Amino acid sequence: MTSDNALVKVENLKMYFPVTAGVMRKKVGDVKAVDGVTFDVKKGETLGLVGESGCGKTTTGRCILRLYDVTEGRILFEGQDLTKVSKGNLRNMRRNMQLIFQDPYASLDPRMTAGNIIGEPMIVHNLVKGNEYKEQVDELFRLVQLEPYMADRFPHEFSGGQRQRIGIARALATRPKLIICDEPVSALDVSIQTQVITLLIRLREEFNLTYVFIAHDLSVVRYISDRVAVMYLGRMVEITESDELYDHPLHPYTQALLSAVPIPDPVIDRQRKRILLTGDVPSPMRPPSGCTFHPRCHMAIDICKEAKPEGRDVGHGHWVACHRV
Amino acid sequence: MKAVNNLSYYVNKGESVAVVGESACGKSVSALSIIRLIPYPPGIIVGGEIIFKGRDLLKLDEEEIRHIRGNEIAMVFQEPSTSLNPVLTVSLQLRETLELHRGLDKVTANDEAVKLLKLVGIPDAERRVNDYPYQFSGGMQQRIMIAMALSCNPELIIADEPTTSLDVTVQAQLLELIDNLRSQFGTAIILITHNLGIVARYVDRVNVMYAGRLVETAPTETIYGAPTHPYTIGLIGSVPRLDLPRKRELFVIEGLPPHLARLPSGCSFHPRCRFVIDRCRKETPSLDEVAERHLSACFRSREMVDLVKKERVAR
Repeated sequence: MTSDNALVKVENLKMYFPVTAGVMRKKVGDVKAVDGVTFDVKKGETLGLVGESGCGKTTTGRCILRLYDVTEGRILFEGQDLTKVSKGNLRNMRRNMQLIFQDPYASLDPRMTAGNIIGEPMIVHNLVKGNEYKEQVDELFRLVQLEPYMADRFPHEFSGGQRQRIGIARALATRPKLIICDEPVSALDVSIQTQVITLLIRLREEFNLTYVFIAHDLSVVRYISDRVAVMYLGRMVEITESDELYDHPLHPYTQALLSAVPIPDPVIDRQRKRILLTGDVPSPMRPPSGCTFHPRCHMAIDICKEAKPEGRDVGHGHWVACHRV
Repeated sequence: MKAVNNLSYYVNKGESVAVVGESACGKSVSALSIIRLIPYPPGIIVGGEIIFKGRDLLKLDEEEIRHIRGNEIAMVFQEPSTSLNPVLTVSLQLRETLELHRGLDKVTANDEAVKLLKLVGIPDAERRVNDYPYQFSGGMQQRIMIAMALSCNPELIIADEPTTSLDVTVQAQLLELIDNLRSQFGTAIILITHNLGIVARYVDRVNVMYAGRLVETAPTETIYGAPTHPYTIGLIGSVPRLDLPRKRELFVIEGLPPHLARLPSGCSFHPRCRFVIDRCRKETPSLDEVAERHLSACFRSREMVDLVKKERVAR
């Protein structure tokens, strides 16, 4: 699964969060949010990360930025292991990687003006000299299709879609190589979603950006991503080219996920076969034995209960972890 | 502020109807008005009538509407976690309606509650009926809400974005459940949503709202096959679809929905419309028939199918 033009390589990443109980805060277990994940992100590509809530996709994204101290594994950014970089150096490296958040209401400081929000990263990273600052901020406003005169306004004066544009401009301010987009459109209205997606695609081409696009809407992920990785309960179940994944999904979980996505055309949608998953995602504190998906899998056999399936490449970079493939 | 302006739609017995539109287009307000749940002040229904089984609900007094609310018309809200009372057990919350509307005693009501939970697919219902809402997942909580709505065999269920905060897999389970219950009990359904995708499979007719007004209404096949309002066309064309080529260019509706207190002149959609003509800026189009059971509020609705075709060729 690894190749040489990788911008980010994630190797056997594990992120456990301790669960404590009682007055002494004694540790009683771990939430295995991410449990041994390996993948890479090539330069200039968009990797989609999908799965149900609680599958660890957001945690994976945040680990890449080293917003958490990972439990185990390596994260190589341009060959350098982020898990071993010192705090001071990490700040310099973060210039190259930025994050766009899901909730445009919670991710902007309500007491800062839009101009200051967008300009702050440039000051923190010492990227501009005094007289260039205003120019740069204006330029960023125009890039995301906002008017520079809006710089003095506060976040509450903007609509949801405009706030998300401010968040995107802030991420672009340091001219990063990698942007982690964590559900960037799911809180927006349909017509605004399309505007933001189109903007993200345009910026990707203009600045040769690499995206990790985290979302639960599979139609949106397919549209924007070159490759897609499917996660279930902290593990990777399938990774492949976008078209390949949607045309020939191999893992039963991927098949079920895809069949649950409605198609806005009654004639076509009523003819589709549905694989209805029963039950909910199990707790990541007590994941099922063997293949963690087996209790909900319509293809499960005895071995699925006992052995954890090893992932393998079935050809053309199509990677899948399932006993039945 | 006119949240809902001059809106008319109907639901036949046993039929399922969708009300689609973006946030703040008035779709929830119109539904809440049906069971008179609009807080007054500040909200006031200034005119119109809401006829349910031949009676105007707006003319009933508080006592009479309470008999209908939750009994003959039930509601399922978007956020199950905020609609359920966190400090009461599920049994108690289900029993409340059963005892109030159906006059059951505590023991029978509890049995009935278990039966309802089984009906909506909650495993181990006898034991789980005594659990608190937080012990259930989001999807299960929404099932409890549906059980509650079903408890008095209502003739109409209004589901306001019932699956919006849930995963696609759970969404599919719930929609399938609602659809099964409808065919089993013949309950009419009003499904309020912003997602045109989910309604395609499950409803008979679609009403599209924009800025407090109804802009188009038609049978489901027609809305998707031959829409005649530019807003509907935009909504359908702007979402990526799994069954179409990946690199297909998405259709972008530029601009923002207007603020309801500062609506543009003429047709509210004209500043965002690609097919705008002079007349749209001055006059408000009325909702007129384009075909049988198909109404559209656009001056150019009759030529729309040709306009879209021409545009596609030009591309």
